Amino acid sequence: MRISQGELWGGRALLIVLMIITILPLISIFMTALHPSGSVPSGFDWPENPQWGNFVEAFNVANMVTLLQSSTFIVLAVVPVSLIISTMAGFAIGHLRIPGSRLLLFLFVFGLTLPFTGIIVPIYYLERDLGIYNTRLAIVLPLIGLYMPFAVYWMRAHFVNMPDDISEAARVDGATVWDLFWHIHIPIARPPITSLGILMAVWTWNQFLIALVLVEDPSQRTMAGALGAFQGHYATNVPLLCAGTILILLPTLIIFVIFQRQIITALLQGSVKG
Amino acid sequence: MVTAMTLSEPVSQPIASSRKTLSSKPISRESVIGWLFVLPALIMYAIFVLFPLLQSVRYSFFRWNGIGEMRWVGLDNYATILDDPNLLGTIYNALILVIFFSVIPVTLGLIVASIIHRIAPGKLGAVARTVLFLPQVIPLVAAGIIWGWLLALTGLINQLLDAVGLGAITRAWLGDFDWALPAVGFIGVWVLLGFCTVLLWTGMTKLDPALFESARIDGADWRTEFTRITVPLLRQEIGVCLTVTIIAALAAFDIVYVTTAGGPGNATAVPGIQIYILAFTQQRIGLASALSVMLMTLVLLIILPIQFFNRDTSK
Repeated sequence: MRISQGELWGGRALLIVLMIITILPLISIFMTALHPSGSVPSGFDWPENPQWGNFVEAFNVANMVTLLQSSTFIVLAVVPVSLIISTMAGFAIGHLRIPGSRLLLFLFVFGLTLPFTGIIVPIYYLERDLGIYNTRLAIVLPLIGLYMPFAVYWMRAHFVNMPDDISEAARVDGATVWDLFWHIHIPIARPPITSLGILMAVWTWNQFLIALVLVEDPSQRTMAGALGAFQGHYATNVPLLCAGTILILLPTLIIFVIFQRQIITALLQGSVKG
Repeated sequence: MVTAMTLSEPVSQPIASSRKTLSSKPISRESVIGWLFVLPALIMYAIFVLFPLLQSVRYSFFRWNGIGEMRWVGLDNYATILDDPNLLGTIYNALILVIFFSVIPVTLGLIVASIIHRIAPGKLGAVARTVLFLPQVIPLVAAGIIWGWLLALTGLINQLLDAVGLGAITRAWLGDFDWALPAVGFIGVWVLLGFCTVLLWTGMTKLDPALFESARIDGADWRTEFTRITVPLLRQEIGVCLTVTIIAALAAFDIVYVTTAGGPGNATAVPGIQIYILAFTQQRIGLASALSVMLMTLVLLIILPIQFFNRDTSK
């Protein structure tokens, strides 16, 4: 190994500088959040008298209890349904290899290139016609549809690598397709299903555009969607805005710390698989 | 958010070839059940993605305020966009954002990943990967609000510039006609650098270590190792990174909406913001849809060559 001292220390220095740039914004808003509500602090300044009460105030004015309930409801409605139907589709396309599976795969993968912003207008009018506009279903149903390209592609990538022998042995024993799926393949597929579930939960929690356009009442939105409304009301009260922002990103940060490994591998495998 | 993908499947093969493994099974019955398995996902996808996509194309040929009668205008909406510098400018702004959301994070990510791979295989590298990845999991809206405050007149950025004697160039970055777009772009760098770094680093760990060892024994320096081994062998990962980040740039909405809402003037107006304004505040559905169709076409035009290039070299 010939790594010079200069390179070693230069490289380490760059890593540390980049980590500071990444973290500093979070420290800055944390310190700002502790300044007296309504004051205009400077960006990096530990207050003489930290106002921990700002977090309580933000929690109350942002209607955090309702928001947590609303977001949790939306996540619990979106994620299990998406997991079940995408796993079934991935199984049929990747493992059963039904006639037309290549065409189906192409159809789903095509959806990966579509930006949400391109189809949000027709979704709005569709929901008006269906009578679900401005309800939580207005967020839940399109999200399930929008996740299908990634979710089906992801589960198919798992099932396509499962050897046929597993199923053949069970078929000889007289197992039905449903038995195969439920008793043999689902237990094996637990890791990719878990990763997909965590990913979709975080995406749903952070979803903004759909919540903004399809639900007028912020208390029926996702966390991120409600943050937009909160910013509208408290744009001039910087400490309170920072406190609210911290409260809203806290749940995802906690999830990330707990499931760090799964989230990172899920995001990365998802991009490289196939 | 990131939706990752590769189109490297040999999708063009004839459908019939996929039947080969079914020869010994009761084809018809299992096929029917298999299709029933696909149906729920397909229906949700068709209703909430494919149907709206076709509707976007259809609306784009009409003049419509969302309530009244729809009037067929042919390609007029497209002509309007091409004639109006403000509308066409959103596409230009989106392409500028590609530099910040895609080119910079991927280039810098390659450098950082190879540094971690080469000199920080231990704890420092692990901590760096986690920390740099952090912005990727917080909501983009929150990232926008955080940076909106950091880039404000009394925010951290100006405070730092003051501290190093650059007080003369301090300004409200997001309210400045020349600087607002690069400032928004910088937020994109902050969000996406960690994703690219970790993805590229993962790719590097899969490469044969013997390659690097023999290069080092031959006295290869950092630059040689980088340009001769790392970059050529990571083409697929680089392609994925470019794809994901370019879509994020062209479809940008959340960050722009909360930091500048397209302003000052039209300095940071991107297609996502413009579609939102046209459709939901100006009620010009046809025009909004024409811009949507142009945006989606642009994404495909940029992404498909990358995927094609990727497939050619990886198989």
